Amino acid sequence: MTPDPSPPSKDAGDTKSGRRGFMAFAAAGIAGILIAPGVRLIEVAQAASATGTLSPGASSKVRWGMLIDSTKCVSGCNDCVTACNTENGLSGGTKTTDSQWIRKIEIKEVRTGKTQSLPMMCQHCAEPPCVDVCPTGASFKRADGIVLVDKHTCIGCRYCMMACPYKARSFVHSPQTDQKPDVPRGMGTVEACTMCVHKVDKGEMPACVTACSKAGHEAILFGDLNNPDSEISKRIASYPSRQIRENLNLDTGVRYLGI
Amino acid sequence: MKIELRPLQGTSPGYYLLMAGMALVALVGLAAVWHMEHNGHIVTGMNNQIVWGLPHVFAVFLVVAASGALNVASMASVFGKTDYKPLAPLSGLLAIALLLGGLTVLMLDLGRPDRLIVAMTYYNFKSIFALNIFLYSGFMGFVIVYLWTMMERSMNRFTPVAGLFAFIWRMALTTGTGSIFGFLVARQAYDSALLAPLFIALSFSYGLAVFLLVLMLACKGSGRPVGDALMAKFARLQVIFISAGLYFVTIYYLTNLYFTRHHAFDRFILMDGGIYTLLFWLGPVFLGGILPLVLLLHPRIGQMRRRVTACAALVVGGGFAQMYVTIIGGQAFPLVIFPGHQVSSSFSDGVINTYSPSLPEWLLGFGGIAIVGIIVMVALKVMGFLPERLDDETLQQHAAAQGAAHA
Repeated sequence: MTPDPSPPSKDAGDTKSGRRGFMAFAAAGIAGILIAPGVRLIEVAQAASATGTLSPGASSKVRWGMLIDSTKCVSGCNDCVTACNTENGLSGGTKTTDSQWIRKIEIKEVRTGKTQSLPMMCQHCAEPPCVDVCPTGASFKRADGIVLVDKHTCIGCRYCMMACPYKARSFVHSPQTDQKPDVPRGMGTVEACTMCVHKVDKGEMPACVTACSKAGHEAILFGDLNNPDSEISKRIASYPSRQIRENLNLDTGVRYLGI
Repeated sequence: MKIELRPLQGTSPGYYLLMAGMALVALVGLAAVWHMEHNGHIVTGMNNQIVWGLPHVFAVFLVVAASGALNVASMASVFGKTDYKPLAPLSGLLAIALLLGGLTVLMLDLGRPDRLIVAMTYYNFKSIFALNIFLYSGFMGFVIVYLWTMMERSMNRFTPVAGLFAFIWRMALTTGTGSIFGFLVARQAYDSALLAPLFIALSFSYGLAVFLLVLMLACKGSGRPVGDALMAKFARLQVIFISAGLYFVTIYYLTNLYFTRHHAFDRFILMDGGIYTLLFWLGPVFLGGILPLVLLLHPRIGQMRRRVTACAALVVGGGFAQMYVTIIGGQAFPLVIFPGHQVSSSFSDGVINTYSPSLPEWLLGFGGIAIVGIIVMVALKVMGFLPERLDDETLQQHAAAQGAAHA
């Protein structure tokens, strides 16, 4: 084919009208994108007025936290992990696609050869990177310091998993059945340790804490970091505890002794 | 002399064959998405350690190339290089098509792509990801307006302003894309402000390469001449862009070498990271960097047009490898939670994470490229995005006429 060098005649007009049609279509698309958030706001406002009385919810007067004494944590003991799996309906599988909300890590200092064992889970940071990066706000921190994922607004982008300094989060890779009524999970969304929020809200202890006590180790202490009279606050005040990756300055809710 | 922009006319069987091929690839990609959404990400190679896999490699490459594809238009409207003016509409079109293709892949790889409306109605403004959503739609809007001012004669006087805004926005867009990784303070592989300018430099190179491949294919397919002098100009431009990319990649790894805590990461990528090391040296460094530089700068290797096309293909290939190393390699390197300690756990602590992309991921990625192709081919057919001739003589006369008009 050789191009026709003659000046455009009637098809130039056609092109122009096609061009306008395209522009109008594009403009409508952009307008849709811009208007959608406004429509959503109206919907939210209406829903709020229709909801009646709300529960008081979490209070910022407390800050739930844990103190883990790695000198009491026994290598090879997995009771906290098992209890977490049972409580939250996790399979307990350890394939790379299985969810693990809490795991035992064995650490060995390269220079001295000193070994230690400790549980690792969501550190419930006061400045959580997962909350910062979440595009929809599905990762959020309750007033009492517990960091959670809203399963209804998580779009499954996994950016929080990239951002978490502790690899505390898991992505639900396959369809879920037999879920626990208190712990809803959803394929395609991200999840992590909830500090057993459903139990804490009823005044109970997280499952891992109970299991560790039951095993006789008492390596995990749960309590209110804001209350200076609580056992956890007193112990943190008297013994040198550490936050893991404390140079990131995230003010974690989970602290460690003996590492 | 005015260079007319013409839709493709008297389209050949080749056009329809290519279009049918693209449509098939796009459909197969959608089938792969259906499979992934039905069964979950368990059918992909991704896992709880490598959370972003091959679809992200495709998506980020396309989004980065999208902003770079606007180079040619920016050269004409912002930097006053009138030679490139007839090519500005194609440049804008490609920018839009590449962005749409990239975003499609990104969106369809979400755990819950059905919640797109949630992503567009709930915003956490501290998230660079959320800000990127505005950068994407803004870029689309600016480029559409820019195209409109170029193609609607009565709006031509606004082209420089629209071009300037589109140019500023594309810089912001790629800064945003680089910062998705740069802001990940927890990870040894990222956590660097350098990733923003690095991505900008790479975008110039990838965008121009994709633009050149599309231009050569479209002109060849529709029998439109392309001049050697024009190709020589593109070659010079590509040399600058490739060099800038290599410079930033070098600086990025050099910076890591200075920080003791990052030595292990550098060692992993540059020396003993297996597939990632191989991909790094072979991809962006040799095939996508040194080889095209030699080909483009050497005075006596073959015909300029062939060299430019070959180099564009090499840059694209090197670019994919670069994205693979950056995205997958960065996650394969174990996150350091306890510095100075050996660690082990049931959750892959302390080990190099493994990943092998599955077929659905490849199909989704290629589906995204097919969507880009379909958009470009349809647009070229229905509207005049492509100049009817780009031979050197015509371009010279055009430039002279433009010069006279400005004088």
